[in-house]
Amino acid sequence: MTSAAPTNGHVIRTRALTKRYGDLRAVDAVNLEVSTGDVYGFLGANGSGKTTTVRMLLGLVLPTSGEAEVLGRPMPTARRSVLPHIGSLVESPAAYPHLSGSANLALLDATGSDRSRGQERRARIGTALEQVGLNPADRRPVRTYSQGMRQRLGLAAALMRRPPLLILDEPTNGLDPRGTQEIRRLLLELNAEGTTIFLSSHLLAEIEQMCTRVGVLRRGQLILQEQLDSLLKPTGVVAVRTRDIDRCITLLGPVVGSVADDRLLVRAKDPARLNAYLVGEGVRVDEIGPYRRTLEQVVLEADARA
Amino acid sequence: MIVVELIKMMRRPRTWLIIGMLIALPTLVAVLLAATDLGPRPGTGPPFLSAVLSDGTLFPLAALGVVLPLLLPIAVAVLGGDAIAGESQTGTLRYLLVRPVGRTHLLLAKLVTVVAFVLLAVLVVAAVSYAEGRLLLGRAPTTGTVSLSGSTLTQQELGWRTALALGYVIISMLGVAAVALFFSTLTKSSIGAALGTIGVLIASTVLLGLDAGSAVHPFLPTRYWLAFVDLFRDPILWRDVARGLVVQLGYLAVFTLAAWANFSTKDIDD
Repeated sequence: MTSAAPTNGHVIRTRALTKRYGDLRAVDAVNLEVSTGDVYGFLGANGSGKTTTVRMLLGLVLPTSGEAEVLGRPMPTARRSVLPHIGSLVESPAAYPHLSGSANLALLDATGSDRSRGQERRARIGTALEQVGLNPADRRPVRTYSQGMRQRLGLAAALMRRPPLLILDEPTNGLDPRGTQEIRRLLLELNAEGTTIFLSSHLLAEIEQMCTRVGVLRRGQLILQEQLDSLLKPTGVVAVRTRDIDRCITLLGPVVGSVADDRLLVRAKDPARLNAYLVGEGVRVDEIGPYRRTLEQVVLEADARA
Repeated sequence: MIVVELIKMMRRPRTWLIIGMLIALPTLVAVLLAATDLGPRPGTGPPFLSAVLSDGTLFPLAALGVVLPLLLPIAVAVLGGDAIAGESQTGTLRYLLVRPVGRTHLLLAKLVTVVAFVLLAVLVVAAVSYAEGRLLLGRAPTTGTVSLSGSTLTQQELGWRTALALGYVIISMLGVAAVALFFSTLTKSSIGAALGTIGVLIASTVLLGLDAGSAVHPFLPTRYWLAFVDLFRDPILWRDVARGLVVQLGYLAVFTLAAWANFSTKDIDD
């Protein structure tokens, strides 16, 4: 099997990728750029075209127009050489309900064309199950699994062959908070070892906690694509919480941006100097610090612009 | 991939349940015949059934004649209809395709699996009914079995003609398998695909009963199913067997191609 082609930094790149269903443009001229080593958060409401995009990247759905390049090769033309290097979870996990988790993985693994030995296969199935917190010796059929366990099994299937690229659709769906945290930690570990992760989700908090880069899809259009830290960088505004709102406004005058209840947004470069000044003037400062927007605000603003 | 599909089939409880049902009917027939000694009059009822009371070695053929017109095609329709639609229903289809398994390859593996099931089912039915025939029904006359034309067949002759007949029954199911596979690529419901296939078979049977339809009779998938009886005439009457072979291969080619054309460019968005 050929190894993944050199990708000049881009693991996924699409140009004007479009999928039409009749008059509906489910995905509309999307230009994705995912670089090696990214944890890319692909955000969008339900029905915004996330899943269709993911399916086009994996060659399950054929684009109406536009191009997609994954691991440096065109999809879906090169699916035979590209897909072995991708681990994926598409929408929801699926398994044969009458077989155990490890039997399911063994069947899926055996459909591949790589020439691994039986022992090697058993070993990697065991490792993948342990990684996601399932017991490889569990002989119960999948139909008795809880939704969280099915989700873990789906992740194990994606991780099984140590792919350099993971494409995961809602990976923590159905997991309890502790499970969510475990899986998040596992994914970040894999990323630190060099795995590029493309993660689609409608959970802003999840993306904010894990991702290095964000793309936002709205009605099929990519309305935002940026490094997360540049989106959430300090804004040159300081937030001040104080009981002496009025006095504060009089003191600062035109640099006060906005006022809400007991909080002021002030245009200032240095929170420490602003603090010293206010305290010197006898203002009771309860809380002061650089103001950062949350991802939610960024997304809502981009949404409003579009 | 073919091996994986075969393993999947063998590990499904459903496969064995269907085979169990295929054995149950001839067994019931054998028990009833042995208990009452009331065979159908010669020339009426399923083929060979009138002869088995005197010669139990013919019972495998009678059993196939019993299951062939209805039970076996339904079993094939259920399995074939489930081939792609079933994977689509459980959601495993998309994981197979991103593994990646080539779509043509998957289709081929599914077809081979259905044919393998027919082979397995026919062999099990033949073996079980042979045992039942020997135990419950008449002993073979030591002079050899009497053919449909009245001449005597040696054990050896009967053996290879039976083997030929089993082969012909398996081939007769190819058309059903291909039609079911095609329907299976059209829908996400395996029951829908199976029912569609059974609908085709019912339509074929209805048309066969209609004299006005005689122009289309030679092209109907069920037309030559029972032609395996002709293998037990002396000399063997090859005409219908050969036509049956051509019809089945025709259905196999057309519907496999249609299934491929539909499936290879289909958007998988279940």
